[in-house]
Amino acid sequence: MSGFPILSLMLAVPAIAAIACLFLSPQGARMTALVATLIDFALGILLWTNYDIGGAQWQFVEYQPVFGRFAWALGIDGFALLLIMLSVFLMPICIGASWRSVTNRVPEYMAAFLFTEVLMIGTFAAQDLFLFYIFFEAGLIPMFLIIGIWGGVNRIYASYKFFLYTLLGSVVMFIAMLYMARAAGTTRIPELMAYDFPAHVQTWLWLAFFASFAVKMPMWPVHTWLPDAHVQAPTAGSVILAGVLLKLGGYGFLRFSLPMFPEASGQLTWLIFLLSGIAVVYTSLVALVQSDMKKLIAYSSVAHMAIVTIGLYAFNRQGIEGAMIMMLSHGLVSGALFLCVGVIYDRLHTREIARYGGLAINMPRYALFFLFFTMASIGLPGTSGFVAEFLSLMGTYQVSTWTALICTTGIILGAAYMLYLYRRVVFGEIKSDDVREMQDLSGRELWLLAPVAAVALWMGVYPESFMAPMRKDVGVLLARIDRAAPPSDSKPTAGKPAAPVHAAAEGAH
Amino acid sequence: MDYAANLAMTLPEVILGVGAIVLMLVAAWGGQGSTRAISWAAVAILAGACVAVAGPASGGGMAFDGLYRADAFAGFAKLLMFPAAAIAILMAPGFFQRTSGDDLRPEYPVLILLSAAGMGIMVSAADLLTLYVGLELQSLAAYVLASFMRRDTRSAEAGLKYFVLGALASGILLYGISLVYGFAGTTLFDGIAQAYAGPRSLGLLFGLVFVFAGLAFKISAVPFHMWTPDVYEGAPTPVTAFFASAPKVAAMGLAVRVAVEAMGPATDQWRQIVIFAALASIILGAVAAVGQTNIKRLLAYSSINNVGFALIGLAAGTPTGVSAVLVYLTIYVVMTLGSFLVVLQMRDADGQPVESIAALSGLSRTRPGLAFALMMFMLSLAGIPPLFGFYAKFAVFDAAIAAGLFPLAVIGYVASVIGAYYYLRVVKTMYFDEPAPAFGAGDSKLEGGLIVVTAAFISPLGYLLIAPLSAWTMAAAQALF
Repeated sequence: MSGFPILSLMLAVPAIAAIACLFLSPQGARMTALVATLIDFALGILLWTNYDIGGAQWQFVEYQPVFGRFAWALGIDGFALLLIMLSVFLMPICIGASWRSVTNRVPEYMAAFLFTEVLMIGTFAAQDLFLFYIFFEAGLIPMFLIIGIWGGVNRIYASYKFFLYTLLGSVVMFIAMLYMARAAGTTRIPELMAYDFPAHVQTWLWLAFFASFAVKMPMWPVHTWLPDAHVQAPTAGSVILAGVLLKLGGYGFLRFSLPMFPEASGQLTWLIFLLSGIAVVYTSLVALVQSDMKKLIAYSSVAHMAIVTIGLYAFNRQGIEGAMIMMLSHGLVSGALFLCVGVIYDRLHTREIARYGGLAINMPRYALFFLFFTMASIGLPGTSGFVAEFLSLMGTYQVSTWTALICTTGIILGAAYMLYLYRRVVFGEIKSDDVREMQDLSGRELWLLAPVAAVALWMGVYPESFMAPMRKDVGVLLARIDRAAPPSDSKPTAGKPAAPVHAAAEGAH
Repeated sequence: MDYAANLAMTLPEVILGVGAIVLMLVAAWGGQGSTRAISWAAVAILAGACVAVAGPASGGGMAFDGLYRADAFAGFAKLLMFPAAAIAILMAPGFFQRTSGDDLRPEYPVLILLSAAGMGIMVSAADLLTLYVGLELQSLAAYVLASFMRRDTRSAEAGLKYFVLGALASGILLYGISLVYGFAGTTLFDGIAQAYAGPRSLGLLFGLVFVFAGLAFKISAVPFHMWTPDVYEGAPTPVTAFFASAPKVAAMGLAVRVAVEAMGPATDQWRQIVIFAALASIILGAVAAVGQTNIKRLLAYSSINNVGFALIGLAAGTPTGVSAVLVYLTIYVVMTLGSFLVVLQMRDADGQPVESIAALSGLSRTRPGLAFALMMFMLSLAGIPPLFGFYAKFAVFDAAIAAGLFPLAVIGYVASVIGAYYYLRVVKTMYFDEPAPAFGAGDSKLEGGLIVVTAAFISPLGYLLIAPLSAWTMAAAQALF
């Protein structure tokens, strides 16, 4: 496979299909989008099978200095591979989820989704600082249109908030990038990852990147755009937002903040732990009182993302691997939960929890899938969520027992709000006739949910498949950041040796 | 130096000047009927002037005993201005034909030619008097163009406002020039630079402030921007497109040349002025645009906003910075012309122009191609990647960072988010709102073609031009240092 530009091809397929969609009929656009995303998925599988686990750190490298100041530089390591896989896996599902529910301006809708796919893959594959920024920022445009055109009642407010909030976060990062490129004399990410910035500069750069990634992540208190965006976005938009776009923040911490500014990361770990701890408790409690299903899942996303950040900043293998698995798991599970909401929203056109109830009676298959994803979100052993939370919290415990303690309450609160949601929607008595008439999952919907469930189960039962590609990269990262690891409060510390009495006595003379 | 060599270096302006006079004579005898032919002839003359730039005009050195400088910087600016002027001529026939009231008269292309000649002299000036002559030639032609629709009161008002305020600015500039001359003892840029390099008297400093104030008016930088929205709104749309593109390049080129060549040793003094004007333009251009309902006024504030960003490159005061200004202007001119070409398509069913932003409602459903193009221009003006407008901002902020101006860079870039809001509002109107009555069908293949070309330039394809553009602008910038 060496030399074949498979990453460029993965970018080109959806890009060309997106342009083609604009000129096609609705049905033609649907088919084109589905075929293009499936081709990309097939290319993704090819990418994974050809990825040499434990081989070179950067594989499938492409480098074309066509842009003067920066270059078309692509290449992936284990982290990027897994996140690209997540993107290409969720994309056909998103197209499928919109097959019936979107009837308005279909060609543009499909084009916007395909562009989003291009930009997501590009963000994960970019090896040039500015190429990364371009892909990272450009993703705002199609998402802005998706929320604004096909969203709910309050879509315009949500789309503005999404766009301007995330843009404001990113502009400071861009200035920092310009400085880094000037100071280090290179725009290539692998070289920058090995460059040592002076410690006092690192702090400023870290904060600039933090401004961007914290908004994208999103971390408390800059998470408020997320519930609005989720609630207003169409189902597939929510899936891609929760599934992939939220992972950009975590990926950014992993790719930029930690390896490029290790000293600053070590010094500011307290900030991450503080904000994450607050996020877990606060957003979980907020999720508990939501009456809108999508809003509830959106707040649960903020809580889950906080588990990612504490894992990343634990500075040890369990924490980072756990954070990575959490990103993948959350991408699958929350995406699937949004699909589950979409299924009943398509039937009753409301997300109001109180309107439902007793779905287990007339929608048994739906109830089963919803239960599985609820359990996966809580982190039941055997599902992907368990592996993620367990590793992440174990890693955190080694650094800060208090943070681990506070964040573990998230599991209990998570069980509370998810089970409470499930009870209200699925159990109990059917309250109204229109709910009684709702049909169980159709074949198409089954095909959307079953693969996600299968992968979530796979990740829970045999996570090795997903940990193997990134094992070496975690090692490389740890070797880089180990020197700046924050002090641990859970390791046994040697006590002070008792002052030798006779020495003091001698001194008195 | 003999006259042949001098004329060879000023060949572009000679072609434009002679061409304008000949076409005026043709118009005098040919009358109204010759408008079309004269328009095309004017475009041909501008093309000829572009070709002439390739010769000694872009590297010959000094002409006319140091009054005029033919260097790569001037050459680059001219290659940017003349095509923009040609597009302003090409935009006009369709607009005047459909708009009831005034017809297009042959004076229009002739005035643009004269204005272009003035602009050529501006960017090549190596003496304060050449500078002033060029500026006035350009401005006088522009005053007439602003009021070209004689029966339209708004157009007349625009011309009058432009003239009165322009005259005031010229007065301020002249006052500064006289101070500089009085204290430096010369009007030649080289001599002025020597004076600034020595012990600086208060008079020289005052001269600098007044010269920059006059120039700030011409580039419509805050706080001398007040005329811009009114003039842009009132002038006929092709004229507005012209004002927003070519003269802006000329004025910026002039400002850069004066700042670097004549007042280079006083960089620390004028940098404060430039930084203030840059940030004030960015912030005011963004905030004031939020409440606009007229697309031409919106674009006027957008041009104020964009001038602020271009000034950030000048504030750096380095070759990288000047090169970034040229990159910025190149991309800005294309984006602006593209936006105005779209505005030209905004006509009601009778063919009369409409200018309210609300008229764009639902354009993505009635005219998807047009809406898509305008969305690209708006997002590009906002500097959102992957559109090429992003690289323009990239270049100027990169220069500012390289010069160590971190607070300027951070404040400027954060303020660009405010600007993003009103550009997004246009996108929102076109894509999210319910359709307004559809526009009359576009009947001009030429305008459609120009929209496609400008849109392709600012699309991600434009990134392929970065390498040659950087090399070229860098060579042009080096000519000043």
